[in-house]
Amino acid sequence: MANVISDETIEYVGILAKLELSGQEKEQARRDMGQMLDYIDKLKELDTSGVEPMSHVFQVQNVFREDVVTNGDGREESLCNAPQQKDGMFLVPKTFV
Amino acid sequence: MTREYETVIGLEVHVELATHTKIFCGCSTAFGAVPNAHTCPVCTGMPGSLPVLNKKVLEHAVAVGLATNCEITRYCKFDRKNYFYPDNPQNYQISQLYLPICRNGYVEIETALGGRKKVGIHEIHMEEDAGKLIHDDWEDVSLVDYNRSGVPLLEIVSEPDMRNAEEVIAYLEKLRLIIQYLRASDCKLQEGSMRADVNLSVREAGAETYGIRTEMKNLGSFRAISRAIEGEKERQIDLLESGGKVVQETRRWDEAKETSYAMRSKEDAQDYRYFPDPDLVPVRISDAFLEEIKNRQPEFRTEKMQRYKTEYDIPDYDIEIITSSKHMADLFEETVACGAAPKKVSNWLMVETLRLLKEKGLDPEDIRFSPAHLARLIALAESRVINSTVAKEVFEAMFEEDVDPDVYVEENGLKMVSEEGALLKTVKEVIAANPKSVEDYRGGKEKAIGFLVGQTMKAMKGKADPGAVGKLLKELL
Amino acid sequence: MEKGFSTAVELATAIRQGKTTAVEAMETVLDRIGEVEECYNCYVAVDREAALKRAEAVQRRIRAGELTGQLAGVPVAIKDNLHVAGLPTTCASRILESYRSTFTATAVERLEDAGAVVVGKTNMDEFAMGSTTETSAWGVTKNPRNPEHVPGGSSGGSAAAVAAGECVFALGSDTGGSIRQPASHCGVVGLKPTYGTVSRYGLVAYGSSLDQVGPLSRTVEDCAVILEVLAARDEKDSTSIAREDTDFTKALVQDVRGMRIGIPKDYFGQGLDGEVRTAVLEAAQLLGRQGAMVEEFDLDLVEYAVPTYYTIAAAEASSNLERFDGVKYGYRTAGAEELHQMYKQTRSQGFGPEVKRRIMLGSFVLSSGYYDAYYLKALQVKAMIKAAFDQAFARYDCILSPVAPATAPRLGESLQDPLRMYLGDIYTVSANLAGLPAISLPCGVDHLGLPIGLQLMGDCFQEKKLLRVAYTYEQLRRDKASGQNPKQAPDIEPAHVIRQAPGAEPAHVIRQVTGAGLVQHSGEEASQQAYARRKEGM
Repeated sequence: MANVISDETIEYVGILAKLELSGQEKEQARRDMGQMLDYIDKLKELDTSGVEPMSHVFQVQNVFREDVVTNGDGREESLCNAPQQKDGMFLVPKTFV
Repeated sequence: MTREYETVIGLEVHVELATHTKIFCGCSTAFGAVPNAHTCPVCTGMPGSLPVLNKKVLEHAVAVGLATNCEITRYCKFDRKNYFYPDNPQNYQISQLYLPICRNGYVEIETALGGRKKVGIHEIHMEEDAGKLIHDDWEDVSLVDYNRSGVPLLEIVSEPDMRNAEEVIAYLEKLRLIIQYLRASDCKLQEGSMRADVNLSVREAGAETYGIRTEMKNLGSFRAISRAIEGEKERQIDLLESGGKVVQETRRWDEAKETSYAMRSKEDAQDYRYFPDPDLVPVRISDAFLEEIKNRQPEFRTEKMQRYKTEYDIPDYDIEIITSSKHMADLFEETVACGAAPKKVSNWLMVETLRLLKEKGLDPEDIRFSPAHLARLIALAESRVINSTVAKEVFEAMFEEDVDPDVYVEENGLKMVSEEGALLKTVKEVIAANPKSVEDYRGGKEKAIGFLVGQTMKAMKGKADPGAVGKLLKELL
Repeated sequence: MEKGFSTAVELATAIRQGKTTAVEAMETVLDRIGEVEECYNCYVAVDREAALKRAEAVQRRIRAGELTGQLAGVPVAIKDNLHVAGLPTTCASRILESYRSTFTATAVERLEDAGAVVVGKTNMDEFAMGSTTETSAWGVTKNPRNPEHVPGGSSGGSAAAVAAGECVFALGSDTGGSIRQPASHCGVVGLKPTYGTVSRYGLVAYGSSLDQVGPLSRTVEDCAVILEVLAARDEKDSTSIAREDTDFTKALVQDVRGMRIGIPKDYFGQGLDGEVRTAVLEAAQLLGRQGAMVEEFDLDLVEYAVPTYYTIAAAEASSNLERFDGVKYGYRTAGAEELHQMYKQTRSQGFGPEVKRRIMLGSFVLSSGYYDAYYLKALQVKAMIKAAFDQAFARYDCILSPVAPATAPRLGESLQDPLRMYLGDIYTVSANLAGLPAISLPCGVDHLGLPIGLQLMGDCFQEKKLLRVAYTYEQLRRDKASGQNPKQAPDIEPAHVIRQAPGAEPAHVIRQVTGAGLVQHSGEEASQQAYARRKEGM
């Protein structure tokens, strides 16, 4: 495998992606990611210099809303799927240290 | 300290735009709603929801860019900034990194020595605000309210052109004034509609390169900004002097303790994985759109001051103060438009209004009385329907609740009593009751008439014209 | 046509004419679900009572003359990544196990406005990541043609439900082939429209720049009718496009004379199953005999499509799936006191292995230091691939190819080697990268009786050309089949009725194969025999 993924990389990507992998999963992830990157490295064969990256496939532009209030009280619908709530707010572990 | 240091400061200013709705959905941006009332699938990050750009946000952004001498990016895009935090419902913030709407601008500030200095604006971009986190002490948890989530923000990133707290404050005041003149935001630091993060580094005087900078957050007032700049400058110099190194990091200012601490965490990798948001399409600014915004630009302060000088006969100092707030200037002009004399309007603003603002710790932006009511009050005083003491009382009521002066005067029976009969009767009574003063006056003590006028006014409960009372007394004596 | 297996157009016509009702149609579908769902597991959720109530309401409106459209009263199944207010939407993931939709996806809303009646939500690969429907947290869906095999994916539940008669048509979503490939594996018709043609509002995003909602149906005609209802600019989706040429049913003409059909040589090389190859090429020949100009050509960059696709899709997915964090909805781990611990445990427990794999890859290719080398590079190659297709469409009205390199694999075979599974997307991902419309329709069966699909790709906004070619081919094939046995409707009847003991060879397979054409006919004949046998037995 050309791409050797270190434990640190898996750890780091885990922090970015907020995923906690078990020992076995980590090993698997290292292999999978290395294999996928080897495969994706195929793109490096292509000379893309001067090619404009295409983030949007069509030239659709300037799609706007008017600044007019269209939504009413959204409390019930916003909160009805909340795992935990209190006083009409979403309850989460404390964020202040 | 053996070496001399220079402080280098750049600012990231966030301004909440004065739109009716959020940047990407039709929810209201009004303050004061119960938690999560102003939310929908879009601004709570429900799966399957999609953003659509509020056109007004773009208009404000371009207007602010033009007013700060920026180049307007004619083809701009939105990017996602990815980081996990509960106030950020999608766990990415829609912002602009690669193609921000404005770049390479500047504003001019006046320095302490009376000179002028340009502070460069690196870029201005459009983005969405986060929700609000409230700590629940009872359960030791946090609660999230997404009413502010998706409120449109402009982030104005300056160049590292400032060298001390005074310049920073001057820059912020200048920005605030421009944005207020544009009615793009009310820019209240205390309420968070204007927020500034300070990037600061120090270097030896004369050094070519910048030192390592830190970013200071949570600065809720000009005072906090000044204190934080002083504190951070000293902290960095102390570090360097003691052979240490400044670490690039984000620090949080604790206003109560007047100290800052690093917001370091293993879980904050500060790697935002920006990429173009595929859910929003690019914006192309046409010549016509740009022209339209240019034509809509208001008269800014410098032009306004010039015009006041020629148009109204009021002192330069008054012009200075009145135009320092867009709201005050509007109030002035509208009151004059209602028929009041510019000088009188200016007097009410300069004396009574400023006094009450100071007493109550308010900003000119908080003034609530309407120009029509002020004009009417001036008219009542001019036509001597009320006297000046009463006028001040009415004005205070107007300042509190924007009462209609006519109604207030009527309901409280404050009209001056000018009918000869009633006045004559009271004056005669006062003369009869104060023989000593009458004697004094007749004996050549001119001052004694003042006492008699006062007594008459007291008896009339202030509703008399002191001039008329004096005249009548003199006639009778 | 047999009850429960009518097309949407036939059913709506019968309802309009008063020969049946929306309620009867729903009852038929629900009965069918009662019979076979236990075996196939097409659905994640069916709410019988609500479905019947909705059918009753629609029937009242039909009677009142308010609903006259071509889908009025027709039962439809919705992939479980599209919101239907009041129903669960789980994306076949544990992380959304308790989620109930508070709003309805625009695509579903448009169907309901046209009188279609939602039966329930169909199974899929978790968050549409997979090609077999085996990554679902709610168990695999089995291929109604042969329950030993997968139905394909990620819209496997939708394709299987159409094939099994558990609905009349279905909605799916297609990010890299997720409508076309299961349609191919289940022997039904599936269409991915031009990007922006159908609103994505209410579709839980996988790869936002690639995702499109589209129909799975029994016939090309149904497909055109459904697309006509779905296609519309939606002010809630910034990427949706206002099109004027959405009268797709006008393209249902049996005539391909003068049409130019290109066959990319590179699609027929290594890795393509021989039977699939033969069936697809025969279809091309058949069209050629009808007057289409069919020729082979060199399509550039074929081998770069899959790596480009996986880079972009994983990157977008990693960001799109960040919102599943246990804060606002869905699963939250129990007992995590600290915030980041809560995030990590919730997500690690809530997502399955394939989703985690793609999130990790996507987060990596966007991370500092790798963005240019991987993500930006992929966007550049995407531009080059688009240019290659522009070139091809300057010469051809459509590109004909297989949908997948092989027919449906056996259950449990695919997930062991993810990379191999990804390579199976080689023919489908380009349409997503370039925003092109593409249709998948049956063109035969292999020696196991498993359906083979034919893919037609068109230039952007050229759905009508695809529909015309597809319709022509479908009619030709039907005529050919009915020439042998006029009463038959090939590829509609599931094979489970001749269920084999596990491991045994299906009875209808004719072993001695001399030419692929024979295989095709033999298989079809066999399934027709099975159909006849079942009829007799009833």
